Amino acid sequence: MDGLFGLDVATWDIILAVITALIKAFVIVNGLLLAFAYMTLTERKVLGRMQARFGPNRVGPFGLLQPIADGIKLAFKEDVTPRQANFWVHMLAPMMALIPALIIFAVIPLGPEMRILGQPWTWYVAKINVGYLYATAIASVGVYGLVLAGWASNSKYALLGGLRASAQVISYELAQGLAAMTALVLAGSLNLYEIVNQQVSSGLPYALYLPFGLIAFVIYVIAGVAETNRSPFDMAEAEGELGAGFHTEYSGFKWSMFFMAEYVNMINISALATVLFLGGWWPIPTDAPGLIQGLGPIVFLIKIGAFMFMFIWLRATFPRLRFDRLMALGWKVLLPIALVNLLLTSAVVALWPLGVWPFAQ
Amino acid sequence: MVMLEDTRTESGRMVLNMGPQHPSTHGVLRLMLELEGENVTQCIPDMGYLHTGIEKMSEARNYHQALVLTDRIDYLAPITNNLSYIMACEKLFDVGDKVPERAQVVRVILSELTRIASHLIWLGTHALDLGAMTVFMYCWREREQVLDIMENISGVRMMTSFMRIGGLVADVPDDFAGLVVDFVRVMPRKIDEYETLLSRNPIFIDRTRGVGVITRDGALEYGFSGSCLRASGVEFDVRVNLPYCGYETYDFDVAWSKEGDVYARYMVRMREMRESVRIIDQGTKRLLALKGAAIRLDDPRITFPKREKIHSSMESLIHHFKLVSEGPVPLPGEAYAAVESPRGEQATYIMSDGSNMPHRVRFRGPSFYNLQVLQHTISGGLIADVVACIGSIDIVLGEIDR
Repeated sequence: MDGLFGLDVATWDIILAVITALIKAFVIVNGLLLAFAYMTLTERKVLGRMQARFGPNRVGPFGLLQPIADGIKLAFKEDVTPRQANFWVHMLAPMMALIPALIIFAVIPLGPEMRILGQPWTWYVAKINVGYLYATAIASVGVYGLVLAGWASNSKYALLGGLRASAQVISYELAQGLAAMTALVLAGSLNLYEIVNQQVSSGLPYALYLPFGLIAFVIYVIAGVAETNRSPFDMAEAEGELGAGFHTEYSGFKWSMFFMAEYVNMINISALATVLFLGGWWPIPTDAPGLIQGLGPIVFLIKIGAFMFMFIWLRATFPRLRFDRLMALGWKVLLPIALVNLLLTSAVVALWPLGVWPFAQ
Repeated sequence: MVMLEDTRTESGRMVLNMGPQHPSTHGVLRLMLELEGENVTQCIPDMGYLHTGIEKMSEARNYHQALVLTDRIDYLAPITNNLSYIMACEKLFDVGDKVPERAQVVRVILSELTRIASHLIWLGTHALDLGAMTVFMYCWREREQVLDIMENISGVRMMTSFMRIGGLVADVPDDFAGLVVDFVRVMPRKIDEYETLLSRNPIFIDRTRGVGVITRDGALEYGFSGSCLRASGVEFDVRVNLPYCGYETYDFDVAWSKEGDVYARYMVRMREMRESVRIIDQGTKRLLALKGAAIRLDDPRITFPKREKIHSSMESLIHHFKLVSEGPVPLPGEAYAAVESPRGEQATYIMSDGSNMPHRVRFRGPSFYNLQVLQHTISGGLIADVVACIGSIDIVLGEIDR
């Protein structure tokens, strides 16, 4: 059968898929940036409440327009590049931080594959077989933004901040990767959709696979907080010590790109932790009837929200770790535990009699 | 002045100027740090960015006028500065032991309130330097209550200048005691609140235990005083060892500790706040018992005549005019008076040549002496220890530079 404009159906399918992906990507990127904007408001509000004050409540009802006012202010602020800075690197660094943060979300499956009005519909942009590898690889690129920003600013504080950021992220990536490996071993797949599916069909998210899953989950979250340079691991900024760390010499829109990258990274880490350990849209079954399936993304977003709240709560409660202690925690505590945990998990998965172990392939 | 050479190329060390504009140097202290990676190999503090010339200005004012300058020395504890200056003046006029008891009680209450307010700022900023921002907000909340009390008595929240030679400028309002009682009731609970956030927090202990250790001998050699000295194992408190304003009649313990590290200084100050609450509690009871008593010494050399007398008697009018235009005139001599300010032994030395203005005024700012040890405790630590050390010795630059 001929399709429209003389193109056959198969070609139309491809064009349609590309268009859908583009629309999804557009929605996700803008959704992330919107989430970032309101995340800043939520953080200020929640922090305010935790600290016996109100937080922003002047702009719009309940201060709801505050992020927009902030955004306009930042966009129109003078953008200063220090004369001694390396202009191109100084300009590219914020982009290198932000763009990887935005594209990680492509592989996050927000909900089960379903049919809307008879048409197949997916809640992700891409279903890649090496989804987790894609996410970590892209996340590692983001660190270059911080390091290069610290180096290109030609400021001592920024340099120290950049050095701290690189050392910290590299150290914690190991523990984080090993913790995530536990979930990957349990699932037997690197495909994020498959990982969630495994947990949903077995009825138990990996965080509840005691004790290995829980240990891996805790390590993953700690390392995740460190990865995103959030308090109490905010070494790279450490405003009490380094002024503003790696972004000391940034202002205006370039600075806000770092700001966005930090928050979008928090969302990414939360989403990955939800996928790997909290079972994505669990307890909504993947093959539930249409309307219930539609609840999947909502459950997923609630879990991300819980993580974000935890990020804020940590910031309100804890003092900052000292840099040497941070490295010691990463290398001497988290990494060995994650490694042993992974070995034991692998051993159990390999040795358990087939069939009894619900999640073995 | 000693400067550090930037020797990056040869030794791989970097010189970092921390301050005078830096969030953690508590004002305008400048530290020249020589860094090897994250480690501090050398530290030279540089001060003088907040020099106000208060000592010199005091020498060009009469004894009543110079009082308002003393508020600005240690701007976090104006009351204790007032008190040491006023006590030195009282010694000069030889009326030190004739100050009415009600005035003494109010002086003690205000001093202790100031100590709590100042310690709250120290705690808040110290915790903020270490990254714990919530404690900062909580401390500000309670300090607000102290400032409200100050506003209640004098109309000014910080620079009250409430003391006068021989007593107080006026009696405290009737609701003063009530406000203080309210404060005394809530404060212990609030201190518990701060302690739950910090005292047993593993990260906080990690940041402070064994950091910035000052030995007993070192503390004595550098002329330490106040909480820093007591945290290094010397049980010395001006309120107990050289009592003034009737402190010897109050029941309180001197908080001290042996370790001499940042955590010890933290614990000493937290306990000091609790002891201050105890003293204020006793003071309020005495204040209520002394209701209506005199608050100012009646000595024609220093005290203004009563307002109605100025209107009715020529001699009183002349007396008032002389006291306002010329000021009180002491005999030649010198006087030294020390109080326990929140930071240590805050003292005033006045030398009189028999004229209406002092020949020489000198203020002993405890922060100045406490700061000297910084370069020795910081060297060998990490950058993060630098801010912990600065925070823990609780410096006020206004007092250091004067």
